[in-house]
Amino acid sequence: MGGLTKQYVLTRFFMFVLTIWIGATAVFLIPRLAPGDPVTSMVMRMTEREGRVENAQELIAAWKERFGLNDPLYIQYFRYLGNLVRFDFGYSLANFPTTAWEMVRPALPWSVRLLAVALIFSFAIGNTVGALMGWRKTPSWLQNILPLSLTFTSIPYFMFGILLLYFIAFQLHLLPASGGYSRDVTPGWNLPYIRSVITYSILPLVSIVLTSMGGWALGMRGLMVGVNNEDYFLLAQAKGLSPARVFFRYGVRNAILPSLTALALGMGGLISGSMLVEYIFAYPGTGYTLYRAIITQDYTVMQTICNLMILITATSVFLLDLLYPLIDPRITFRRSQM
Amino acid sequence: MVRRSVSRYNPEWLNKKLVIGGSMILVVVLIGLVGPLFWNTDLAYVGSSPRSLPPIWALKGNIAHPLGTENMGRDMLAQLIVGTPSSLKVGLIAASIGLGVGLVLGSLAGYMGGKVDNIIRTLADSATTIPSLAVLVVIAAHVRMQDTTVMALILALFAWPHPTRIVRAQVLTLRERGYVRMAILSGANAFEVMFIEMLPNMLPWLAASYTGGISGAILGATGLEVLGLGPARVPSLGLIINQATGASALMRGLYWWWMPPILILMIIFTGFFLITMGLDEIANPRLRGVKA
Repeated sequence: MGGLTKQYVLTRFFMFVLTIWIGATAVFLIPRLAPGDPVTSMVMRMTEREGRVENAQELIAAWKERFGLNDPLYIQYFRYLGNLVRFDFGYSLANFPTTAWEMVRPALPWSVRLLAVALIFSFAIGNTVGALMGWRKTPSWLQNILPLSLTFTSIPYFMFGILLLYFIAFQLHLLPASGGYSRDVTPGWNLPYIRSVITYSILPLVSIVLTSMGGWALGMRGLMVGVNNEDYFLLAQAKGLSPARVFFRYGVRNAILPSLTALALGMGGLISGSMLVEYIFAYPGTGYTLYRAIITQDYTVMQTICNLMILITATSVFLLDLLYPLIDPRITFRRSQM
Repeated sequence: MVRRSVSRYNPEWLNKKLVIGGSMILVVVLIGLVGPLFWNTDLAYVGSSPRSLPPIWALKGNIAHPLGTENMGRDMLAQLIVGTPSSLKVGLIAASIGLGVGLVLGSLAGYMGGKVDNIIRTLADSATTIPSLAVLVVIAAHVRMQDTTVMALILALFAWPHPTRIVRAQVLTLRERGYVRMAILSGANAFEVMFIEMLPNMLPWLAASYTGGISGAILGATGLEVLGLGPARVPSLGLIINQATGASALMRGLYWWWMPPILILMIIFTGFFLITMGLDEIANPRLRGVKA
């Protein structure tokens, strides 16, 4: 029962730590492998913009000292990892006395909420559509209509977002174009505010859901086609069970498991894609904060958001991994065998 | 079910999705190849044309700039002719590196098994789950990118896990096949087994992973360009979108500015998507004959 063995949990936890470590290391190391250092290139950019910066050399030297860039690389690296573990992301470069974490924190709930709702909708709709496409008993008119829902599958979320923004918000004025909530309402637990938050999130939500559900549908279709030929499925039909029962209890229930695994793998892509959607709709989540950090060349805030995104992805994958064995006891066995 | 006549010489590479997707990509490639012969690409740069001119079918359209011009006096047609191949190039380079690395790591993992397999599989698994765009943004913000090649190299960082996983899985199943065992028994060395016996049999999988990788890399590149982190001097499809959104072209109704690059990118992504699906059907015959 359960199937949550100690070894399985430990392995998954190791993967969780490893993912964060690889991500954080890439973020630290790769910019430093490139010629030049962040401080010099920042001052160079300032020079490009303003024509001339007074005492550029001294400025570079002072900043290098301040950020500890004169220490050997491995010391910088360990200090970076140590700070990361303590959730100390340093100060925002653009708004100095504020820490990077304070800049990012207000944006987090917006992103997490948008992502969670988008994920639930796209997973549920996508898998239902896919299962119906792969099921032999689906009425043929439905078989002909369903593939239409795959139209947007290959289009990046944010491009579909731009189209929605243009046609629905700017041309038809049906829904608000940008922001997280209307200016006329006061944030808090009151009905107008909640209604406003929902209205403003519809377009970003729709652009993510419509473009990402096709992926689930395609995967599910393939799995359902496989289930069609299983003995237990044929038996269930032969017993004369109702089509709905055969479809859900015998078909979907068995075909959905690999789809759940794909959920964990697709998480990174989903988070990446939704960041651009937030930028397009000026939705006050981390993606938009990231865009503002890019404009103001706020490296610490960029790094903070990046590390938080890695942390969120790794955590959700870890939680999903802990969920699978409860749904399918075979997984613990299979994974520990591999 | 409709009975399909099954020919013994089934031309499975003439898959419908593969052909349609391939033609879509061909059209896009031709924009970059044929375009410069007919159109002056110098018009793609600032100040070469009058500003914010609507396209030819609009009221004030001008034959000299059939797709219109934008805010800074760049001709849209010229920008598309220069920008489209540069987006494709990024995808090709990054995906090729990814495929190369994936072939090496995947066959090592599948072939050697044990510790090597464990390490490579774990690395590939965790690299797949990392949200690539966030990491790419941080890297791209630090590295000064003058041309698209550097960007392609950076994007290649995230292009290897998928091919690695595919190759590993394929090597694991193919290793048990009779003809591969036969080859090993006859004293073929690892390279011969890998490249002569196994590789030809994984081609559809590899090709699907490759086209998927190309469109993934183009997606990443476009994302960076849209955020303003791509090379700023060379026109690219993402950069046009970045400039258009930056100048509120959507609100101002300058649709000829942002819509053409989005349309071309949609054709690219849909094309590669259809190719990947077609190749999947060739590799996995069970998917054939199912509608969609």
